[in-house]
Order: sequence, then C-alpha cells, then structure tokens
Amino acid sequence: MKTQTPLNFVIVGHVDHGKSTLIGRLLYDTNSLAPDKLAEVKKISEAHGRDTEFAFLLDHLEEERKQGITIDTTQVFFKTEKRRYVIIDAPGHVEFVKNMITGASQAEAAVLIVDAVEGVKEQTKRHSYMLSMLGLNQIIVVINKMDLVEFSQERFDKVRNDIQEFLDSINIKPNHYIPISGIKGDNIANRSGNMDWYNGLTFMQSLDELKNNPANIEKDLILPVQDVYKVDDKRINVGRIEAGKIKAGDAIKILPSNQETAIKSIEKFLENTDEALSGECIGFTTQDSVFLDRGDIICRSGAEPVVTDRFRANMFWMSRKPFSQDEKLIIRCATQEIRCKIEVIEKRINSSSLELLEENADKLENLEVGEVVIKTKKPIAIKKFSQVQELGRFVMILNENIVAGGIITELD
Amino acid sequence: MSRSLDHLDKLENQSIFIIREAYSQFRNIALLWSIGKDSTTLMWLVRKAFFGKIPFPILHIDTTYKFKEIYDFRDKYAKEWGLNLIVARNEDAVANGMGPDKSKFECCNQLKTIALKQAIAREKFKALLLGIRRDEHGIRAKERVFSPRDEDFEWDYKDQPPELWDQYKTKATEEEHLRVHPLLGWIEVDIWDYVKRENIPIPELYFAKNGKRFRSIGCECCCGPVESDADTIDKIVQELKTTQISERSGRAQDKEDDYMMQKLRSLGYM
Repeated sequence: MKTQTPLNFVIVGHVDHGKSTLIGRLLYDTNSLAPDKLAEVKKISEAHGRDTEFAFLLDHLEEERKQGITIDTTQVFFKTEKRRYVIIDAPGHVEFVKNMITGASQAEAAVLIVDAVEGVKEQTKRHSYMLSMLGLNQIIVVINKMDLVEFSQERFDKVRNDIQEFLDSINIKPNHYIPISGIKGDNIANRSGNMDWYNGLTFMQSLDELKNNPANIEKDLILPVQDVYKVDDKRINVGRIEAGKIKAGDAIKILPSNQETAIKSIEKFLENTDEALSGECIGFTTQDSVFLDRGDIICRSGAEPVVTDRFRANMFWMSRKPFSQDEKLIIRCATQEIRCKIEVIEKRINSSSLELLEENADKLENLEVGEVVIKTKKPIAIKKFSQVQELGRFVMILNENIVAGGIITELD
Repeated sequence: MSRSLDHLDKLENQSIFIIREAYSQFRNIALLWSIGKDSTTLMWLVRKAFFGKIPFPILHIDTTYKFKEIYDFRDKYAKEWGLNLIVARNEDAVANGMGPDKSKFECCNQLKTIALKQAIAREKFKALLLGIRRDEHGIRAKERVFSPRDEDFEWDYKDQPPELWDQYKTKATEEEHLRVHPLLGWIEVDIWDYVKRENIPIPELYFAKNGKRFRSIGCECCCGPVESDADTIDKIVQELKTTQISERSGRAQDKEDDYMMQKLRSLGYM
C-alpha cells in the first residue's frame, strides 16, 4: 500500500487571533497528541499560571512561552480519516513577517484566521496580500472566538463582509468562511450546537476538500542544471525537473547558450531508467559533448522560456535595512544566480493597507512591496509567475542574505 | 503508462535536491552520522545523490558511551560503502572522566557539542548534513533547512533567515557554518516505510528482543528502551500507527529540564 501524500497548509492571521490554539484543538480532536506531550503541556501551562494552553504545543522556544507569542514558524503533523496533514504555524506579529513568509511558501493551502471580536487587523491584511503574492489559491477563512460574541450571526456577517471586501480587492476568492471557536471546539471536528444559523462545512470537512498541488508533468520541459559531477571518469549533469518530463533520446536546447543536443542517458543510482518526470532529481548525459554548468536551463526547442535581461516584477522587501536603489543585488531564480539592479521602482506599496506610498521611488522599506523593473547583468531564462511558478519567482541576495522575494509579472 | 511520484518518492527527491544544493554551494561539507535510523537513511540518500561515490567525509562524534552494536555497525558499513570516515572525540574530556554521572547537560555539551566544534575547526567544514526531523521535538520543528551557526556555534533562533521556494541561505562568512537538514520534512513512520522499501540496513537495537526495543538510539547510559514486541519493520510501522508514546520519550536530554533541548541546541547541539 502506498502512503498518501500529506496536504501542507499554513495558518495565518493577526497576532492573538488564535492560530496556535486552533492547531492545538485540531491535534486534540483528531487524537494526534501523545499523552506524554499533553502532560508536558499541562505541566508547563501550570508553571506559567494558565489553564491548559494548546499554544505551548507549538510555541517551544522559552521566549515564546514566557511572552505567549509565536516567534518562528513551525510544523506539526496530524491525520483525519481521509488523509495526513502538515500544519504550518506562522507567527502573527509584525516583527516576524519573514518567518510567516518562510512558512507560507511551503504550503499548498492557507487558513486565514480572524478574531470575531477584533475583526480585520493589520496582519490579517498583510498576510492575505502575501498569500496572493505567493500564488496560494486555496484559502479557507475562519472567524474565531465566536464564543466571545455569543455565537452571533450578525457579528459573523459583519466580520465576513469586512474581510471579503479586502480579499476581493486582491483577487482572493476563499473556498469557505466558517464561524468557529478554537478554544471550545465549535465547528472544528464537530458541528456546533451553538450556531444553528450556519449550514456550511465544519473546519475539518473544509480541510478534507483541499487538493494537493498538481504535478507540472503536462507542461513544457524545464530542467535547471544544479551541478556537474565526475563519477568514474563520466561527467554526469544533475538537476531537478521543474516541469514536464524527459527521456533518453529527447532533443533538448540549453539556455542561455542556445546549444542543441539530445539526452544520451538518464542516470539514477542502482536504477535503470530512461524516463523521468517533473519533481525528480536526476543525473543525465548528453549525446554531444557540451559543457553544462549550474544555472543552465534545459528545455525543448520551440517551447523555451524567455531569455531576457529586463523584466517587471512585484518584489517584497524583508530586511530591516531599507533598500536604496543604487545597491546591486543578486537575483536567484531556480538555479540561476545573476547580478542585477533595480532600474525603476514604479510604485512603493504598504503591504497591509495597500496604500500607494510613492511613485518612481528610490527606496523600499522593510515589509513594503515594490512594482519594479529589474535589469540583469547577463541574460536570464524566465517565465511569468502565472505560467510556470518555478521560473517565475525569485529571491534577492544582498551581503549573502536573502532580503527580498518576488514574482515576475511581465516579460520585456 | 502513466507513472506518478508517491509520497516516499517526493520525500526522497526533495532530500536529494537539498543534499546536492549543499554540496554545490560549499564543496567542503560532511555528513554527521550517528549510526541511528535517521542519519543512516540520510547516508542512503547521500549515496544516491552522488551515484555511490560520496565526495566528502562522514563524521561520527564518538562519546565513547555508545552501544557496542553501534560501533560494530559503523565499522561494517564504513567498509562496505567505501566511506571516508572521520571519528571525532573530545579526548581531553574523555581522559578527565566526563560522563553522565557528573551532569547530563555537561556530558552532552562536552562529549557531543565540543567534540563537534573541535572537528569542524580542524577540518574547516563549511556545512554539515544532519538527519534531524521536525516531528522529533518542538524545538527541531522550528529549524530551517539551511541553518546558520555563528563562530560560537550559537543558533540565533530569534532571527532566522527567510527560506522560500527552495532558495536557502547558502553563503556563510568565515566564522560561520551551516547545518543542513535534508530530512526535516520526514516523520518517523516515513523513515521506516523508506527503510523497508529500500532495504536499508539499520542497527539491531531498533528491533524488539525480550519484549523491549529502542525507538531512538544514542549513548547507552542515556537511552531507555520501550516495551515492544516489534521485531520486524512491518511490526514497527504497525506499532507507530497505534502508539501513544512519543519517539524521544526514552531520551534523557529531552526531559531533564523544560528548556534543556533549547539550551543545548543554542550552544550548538544537534
């Protein structure tokens, strides 16, 4: 029997809106908690003078427990009758947005949690915007702490309308809006007896509806070269197929050099194979002796990505030190790594309010999004993010650190 | 024929991608092999990544308190797999009689962390491959795939670098090294499913004898067995599906103090 692929989802939302508590509740209701872990949480809750606090299951750092906040993203595992899940918990505090992005970039779906009392707050909006930038399109909105608003339908509708209005403006169409109480368990695994006015799915049912990301097998071949090894006097090129499939004998084109040749063999340790699919890490040799290098992109003639040195992107700055336009950056897109500069910052945008801060700006501050034109020093092979995510997204490096992430919106 | 990748295929490919990424960026790396099921699985993946010819050393931190079975297993497979094995000990601490009877915290710190520090300084490794998993311990769940350690070996868990879309922090300053965690996304039962599918050899300690077996192995003095009749991989997998006891419940360093694991890890423990 093959083990089913788990579904990865991230829980995001404003600080204190109840992310960690919701996760604790899911683990508890699905019987995923080992008694010794539960005992440990009870003991630590008592030591901090609280009732059993599910958040301690995830907030493991001493500072997190003492301050009652999540600092860094974490992952936990649980299963329902239908399948396995990986839950990615993401911090809600503004200071830790880069940790939230780290968590959310690994997810196939997202749960946006909103406090029924507080309603839509700064990080509710910023996180939603980040989800749209990351290309997540399976989103469940849960309105939490319904027990604190007497399970009022009127309050639910109000908060729902507020969040919906914002999500509409950034083109997010959630799968569901669900009224819950994480702490009491209403509409999590079991239907609430307190909200007869709600006829939709429980949270668990809505999770079971989510789908795994489809494999990119039907798309055109993209195989970025990761490295070249010499094994027993044989040069083996290695890389992960990001889209499409490949087999021995296939004609290929190499970007950016435009050389053409064919695949001689597919190499895997102790396996005989002549075909490989998107997602597989393979070795391969070519029929002609061409010298490949890290960053070369293998594709098919007639179905190439665009090779250019100028394109438009939305770039999210996540370093405390603001970016000033005269700084040179290094762009990394798949295995390509090229020096570049930001030619124009057409718009500087507040990532929470979406307010336009400045046009033709010369800087980007922490957590701001820029609509930018990027000029690379050498040609780079790219696609629009909406076509092939793997070649349409990038990070920027400054002083050996990742300082920004971005998606390619238009090819020049 | 329409082939598709199953869950174990996906995990395997993701791990191989990470291993190759680490080697591509640094070249001067090592695999930290504790001879347990996880780092032995990692070894298997590293062999796959490099077509059976691992181009870097395998580092074993020897506290001198390991089970005899661990030493025997290490020597057998180091030979069979043609490994470039480096055994590292904190010789001074061993000579001075450091042991768990002094203090468990100090013992782990001296015989594991300091021994590792000495080995890294001697060999000038820029990155280490480690077989830790997120589901083992809440602190490990907070880890990045590429996780920097400063010159004092400290883990700055309050300000970790962002990591997105398989783009990792791969550059390190002179003083730093990176811990690379290719198995971070695996869970315990994945390891066993994979060990079975690939027929990976692992030490006998994991299999039940006389009603007891080890779920997690390390130093003989600080590992307790669990009650179990699971003497085959199938029975172990079955046991994991029904057990209510967590994996590291037999490991002393996780329990001594609420934050002992965090303190050990921030000092550079694995």
